[in-house]
Amino acid sequence: MSAITRDEVAHLARLSRLALADDELDHYATQLDDIIAAVARVAEVATDDIPPSSHALPLTNVYRPDEARRSLTPQQALAAAPAVEDDRFRVPRILGEEA
Amino acid sequence: MSLTRKTAAELGALIASGEVSAVEVTQAHLDRVAEVDPRVNAFLHVAAESALEQARSVDARRAAGEELGPLAGVPIAHKDVFTTKDMPTTAGSKILEGYRPPYDATVTARLREAGLVILGKTNLDEFAMGSSTENSAYGPTRNPWDLDRIPGGSSGGSSAAVASYQAPLSTGTDTGGSIRQPAAVTGIVGMKPTYGGSSRYGLIAFASSLDTPGPFARNVLDAALLHEAFSGHDVMDSTSIHEEVPPVVEAARRGDVAGLRVGVVKEFGGEGYQPGVINRFREAVDLLESLGAKVVEVSCPSFTYALPAYYLIAPSEASSNLARFDGMRYGLRVGDDGTRSAEEVMALTRAAGFGPEVKRRIMLGTYALSSGYYDAYYGSAQKVRTLIARDFEAAFHQVDVLVSPTTPTTAFPIGERADDPMAMYLADLCTIPANLAGNAAISVPCGLAEEDGLPVGLQIMAPVLGDDRCYRVGAAVEKAFEDRWGGPLLKEAPSL
Amino acid sequence: MTTTHTVMPYDEALERFEPVLGLETHVEMGTTTKMFCGCSTTFGAPPNTHVCPVCLALPGSLPVANDKAIESTIRIGLALNCTIAEWCRFARKNYFYPDMPKNYQISQYDEPLCTNGYLDVEVGGKTVRIEIERVHLEEDTGKSTHVGGATGRIHGADYSIVDYNRAGIPLVEIVTKPIPGTDRLAPEVAKAYVTELRELLRTLGVSDVRMEEGSLRCDVNVSLMPRGSSEWGTRTETKNVNSLRSVERAVRGEIERQAAILADGGRIVQETRHFHEDTGATTSGRSKEEAQDYRYFPEPDLLPIAPSPEWVAELKSELPELPTARRRRLQAEWGVSDLDMAAMHNADAIDLVEATVAAGVPAADARKWWMGELARRANESGTPLADLAITPEQIARVVELVSSGALNDKLARQVLEGVLAGEGSPDEVVEKRGLRIVSDEGELSSIIDQVLASNADAADKVRSGKIAAVGALVGGVMKASRGKADAGRARELILEKLGVSE
Repeated sequence: MSAITRDEVAHLARLSRLALADDELDHYATQLDDIIAAVARVAEVATDDIPPSSHALPLTNVYRPDEARRSLTPQQALAAAPAVEDDRFRVPRILGEEA
Repeated sequence: MSLTRKTAAELGALIASGEVSAVEVTQAHLDRVAEVDPRVNAFLHVAAESALEQARSVDARRAAGEELGPLAGVPIAHKDVFTTKDMPTTAGSKILEGYRPPYDATVTARLREAGLVILGKTNLDEFAMGSSTENSAYGPTRNPWDLDRIPGGSSGGSSAAVASYQAPLSTGTDTGGSIRQPAAVTGIVGMKPTYGGSSRYGLIAFASSLDTPGPFARNVLDAALLHEAFSGHDVMDSTSIHEEVPPVVEAARRGDVAGLRVGVVKEFGGEGYQPGVINRFREAVDLLESLGAKVVEVSCPSFTYALPAYYLIAPSEASSNLARFDGMRYGLRVGDDGTRSAEEVMALTRAAGFGPEVKRRIMLGTYALSSGYYDAYYGSAQKVRTLIARDFEAAFHQVDVLVSPTTPTTAFPIGERADDPMAMYLADLCTIPANLAGNAAISVPCGLAEEDGLPVGLQIMAPVLGDDRCYRVGAAVEKAFEDRWGGPLLKEAPSL
Repeated sequence: MTTTHTVMPYDEALERFEPVLGLETHVEMGTTTKMFCGCSTTFGAPPNTHVCPVCLALPGSLPVANDKAIESTIRIGLALNCTIAEWCRFARKNYFYPDMPKNYQISQYDEPLCTNGYLDVEVGGKTVRIEIERVHLEEDTGKSTHVGGATGRIHGADYSIVDYNRAGIPLVEIVTKPIPGTDRLAPEVAKAYVTELRELLRTLGVSDVRMEEGSLRCDVNVSLMPRGSSEWGTRTETKNVNSLRSVERAVRGEIERQAAILADGGRIVQETRHFHEDTGATTSGRSKEEAQDYRYFPEPDLLPIAPSPEWVAELKSELPELPTARRRRLQAEWGVSDLDMAAMHNADAIDLVEATVAAGVPAADARKWWMGELARRANESGTPLADLAITPEQIARVVELVSSGALNDKLARQVLEGVLAGEGSPDEVVEKRGLRIVSDEGELSSIIDQVLASNADAADKVRSGKIAAVGALVGGVMKASRGKADAGRARELILEKLGVSE
C-alpha cells in the first residue's frame, strides 16, 4: 500500500506554497512514497517510555536583557525588496484574513 | 614550493615574520582560482578586490608592529550559506540570486577579526540539502581527484576549493555530514564541532537543531586553528554553548593515542559499503592499535535508525525554516502581474526559485509535521534522537572515541544518484548520529580505495564538548599515515 | 459580503437559549525591545525604522528571548492565580501570511508558561469567577495597509503595503476556559472580565493596555445551547473587538444572531467573524472547518524555559497589591456598600476618588462629586471620567469652600462647571463668576421679606405649624438670590420671622 497519494502531495504543495505542475505532482508522489516508506521505520523503536528530544543538547533558560540594539535603516531594510512603496514592502493583494 | 601548496599554519607564520606579504599570498591563491576554478566550479563568487584589500590591511597592521593572530593574512574560501554584507549570499539557490544581506554572520565576522582573507563564496547543494553539490542552482562542483565525480556535499565547493589548492582553509556547515562526507571524498580534513560550539547566527538555516559550522583544511592542525578562530559563545544564537572552546589546537599539536580507548561502531560496515572503504578503515583501526590505543567493538543499536530519523527531523525543520523565502521582502518574486494574490505569487515564486530536492524535503517535512502524522513521524524521530544520545552516552562510558568509515563509498560519478533520493541519502549513513546527538566528529584521510583510487575518510566521534579528542586522535592518525605514505594523501591527486 | 443578518431580540434569545462564553485576549507587553531582538517597541514610529535582520526574518537570523517579557508573563500568570510551568518550550505555528516575516509565528502550543488560574470579576454586585485556561507568550505581526479598491479594506484591494515595526513585539495571550452560566449577564460579564484584566495588567505595569492603539485586543467566543440542554453549541470566534463597549456589543450581537439562526432550524458554522466598530455588526471571516493545519513543533532556535521555583516565589512575593484586593481595602476604608463600590468601579472612578481622598476630601464627599455631578457631565460630553479637565486637588478645594460655608452645593456645581470649561482654578471661577454665598444678613433679610410677602399662603401654613411648608419659602429665597443664599441660614431666619420654632 502506498503511504502517500497524489492528492495528498497536492495538499502538501498547497500548504507549502509550491505551485507544482501535474507531472511534478506525480513524480514527487512516487518519490515521497518511497522515502516515507523507508523512514516510517522510526516508529518501530519509538515506544511510549522514551522522551522525545527536540534539541541536540539539554540546555535551558537562555535570554537577552531587554536592552535596545541598533535597528537597520529603512534603506537597508528595504534594499532587497522586490517592490517598495512609502517606505513599506509592497506585496500583492492579500486574500482572506488570518490575524 | 608554491605558496598555494603551503599549510595555513605555515602561511600564517610566513606572513607574521614578514617573509611574505598577505597580498602576495592572496594574489597567489586568486591566480590559482582563476587557473583551476573554471574546471572545478568551487566558487559562486570570487571577491578579488575585497580579498586584496583585507590582505593589504593585514600587511599594514603588521608593518605598524601589531601582533597578528596565527591565521592573519591567510586566505579562506567561505561557504555561501553564511551571510556576508560585502558579497552576495545565495545558499546555492535561485530564490536568493544576487541577494546581498545587510549583516555579517558571526562566523564571517570572526573570520574577519582573525585577519583571514575571504577569497569568495563557495558552491553548495541548495540550502545545504544534499551530499553531492549537484543540487546547486549554479551547476555542480567537481571533485579535484576526478572531475567527473562529486566533491561531496553539501559543502562541496569548500572541500573542492581546499583539495584543489585554491585555498588552504574553508568553512562548511554540517547538518547530517555536510562537512565530513565532502572532506572524506576529497581526501582532506573536515570537522563538525559540538552543536552550539560554533555560532549559527547568519548561517542560513537548513535544520536548526542540527546545523553546525565547522572547518575544512588539508591537515588536522590547520583545521584546529580555524576551528578556534571562529568558535565560541555568541549571544546572538540562543543555542550557543556558554563554555570555553575545547583546547583543539593543543590537541592537534599533541596527536598521540597511547592508552586511549577507541571503540569501533559495530553497526557501521557491512552490506552497502564499498570493499575499499572497509579495507582502508580496518587498516586505520590497526594503525590506531599499533600506536598504543586500546581498540574494542562497541554496539550502538539505535544508530541504524539514525538515517530515517534524520530524514524526518531535518526536512520538518527545513519546511518551516524555508517558509520565509516567499518573494515578499527579498529575493526572487515570480508572477506578480497585478492580478494575482500574494498567496499565488508566493507559490509561483517558490516553485520557480527552489530546486527539486528542496521541494521534496519541504513537502516531506510538511507531511511529517501534519496533524495526524506528527506522532508517527516527527514525534517518533525525536524519540530515536533520545535513543541515539543514550547509545553515545553508554559508548563513551566504555571508550574515549568512536570510529567508523566517514561514508560508505568513495566519490560517485556526477549524475549517478541525481534522481534517486534514497541512494543519495545513504552517503550520510555514518555521519548522522553525531548530528542528532550534538557530538563532535571529524573526518581525516585514511588512504585510497583499491577499486577506484579515490580517497577514503576515517570518522572519529567524541562526546559533546570533547572536540579536542577528535583533533588529538586525528593528528595521531594523520602523522602515522603521512609517515607511511611519505606525505599527505593529497599529493596522490592528479594535478589540475 | 453582506453585513445584515436576521437577529432575534435579546430578551427572546435569552428565554430560549443559554450562552457559553470564552475570551482570548492579546496584550502587547510594554518592554523596551521586541520579543526576540533589540528593536524598539515604541508606538507610532515611521515605517520600517524599528526592524532588523531578526524581526524581518532575513536569511540566517536567529531569535533570542527577551528576559523581561518572560518575567512579565510569569507575573501575569501569578496575578491570575496560575500554575507556572517548571519547564516549557516555544513552538512554531506555521502558516503563510505577508505580515508575518518568517511565515511562522513563534508561540507556545501544548506547553504554555502559565495554566489553570482564575480572575474574579464583579457584575451587578455579584462576584463571578472566570477560570483561566492558559497564559502564553508569542510575537506580534507587522501591519498591512490595503491600497486600492473602494473600501480601503482587505477585500477588493489592489495590493498591500507592509510595515514591520510591530512584527516581533511580545504578545501575551490570555485564554479563559469556557464560561457557562452567565445567562442574561453574558455581555456584562465579558466586559467586566476585560475591564478587570486591563486593570490588573496596568497595576502590574506590564503593558499600557491601550485598546485603541491595539495593545490590548480581544477575541470573543460565543456559543448557544437551548435551555435545558447540557450540550454546548458550536462556537464562533469574533476578532477585532477593540473597546470595552465593543466587547459587550459583540457578545450581545452574536447571541442575537446565533439565536435567530438556531430558532430557524439553522446551523452555526464554526468560523472566525470580524467585528466592525462602526456598525457593531460582525461579518464572516475564514471558516475554521476548512482546517488550517498549523504544524506546530518545538522551536529549535530557542531553548526551553525552566523558571526556578525560587525565582517564581520571588516574583510572587514582589507582586503589587492587585485591583480586587485594593478595591476591598478601599471599600472598607471608605465604608461604602458593595453596590456603590461596583458603581464606582464601572464608572472607572476608583482611582479618581482615591486621589481626591488623598487630597484631603472625606470619602463620602469625594464619591458624591465624582459619581454625581462629574459623572453626569462626563456622560453628557461622552468623555471618560478620567479625561475631564479637573484634578482631584481642584475638587478638594471646592469641597473645602463648601465646608467653610463659602459655597453651597449649587454654587459648587457652577464652580466645577467653570473649572471644566477652562475658566481657571476654583478660586478664580468663584471670583470671575461672583459665586460667593450671600452672607450679608441685611440683604438676606430683605430678600426673605419679599418672599414672605409674595407667598402669604405658604407663610400662613408655616405659622399654623405646618413646618414642612418652609421648603417652598426657602426655595423662593434661593431663586430670588440666584442660588447664592445660604439655604440653612435662610431657613432659620424665615422661621424666626414667622415666630415658629422647631
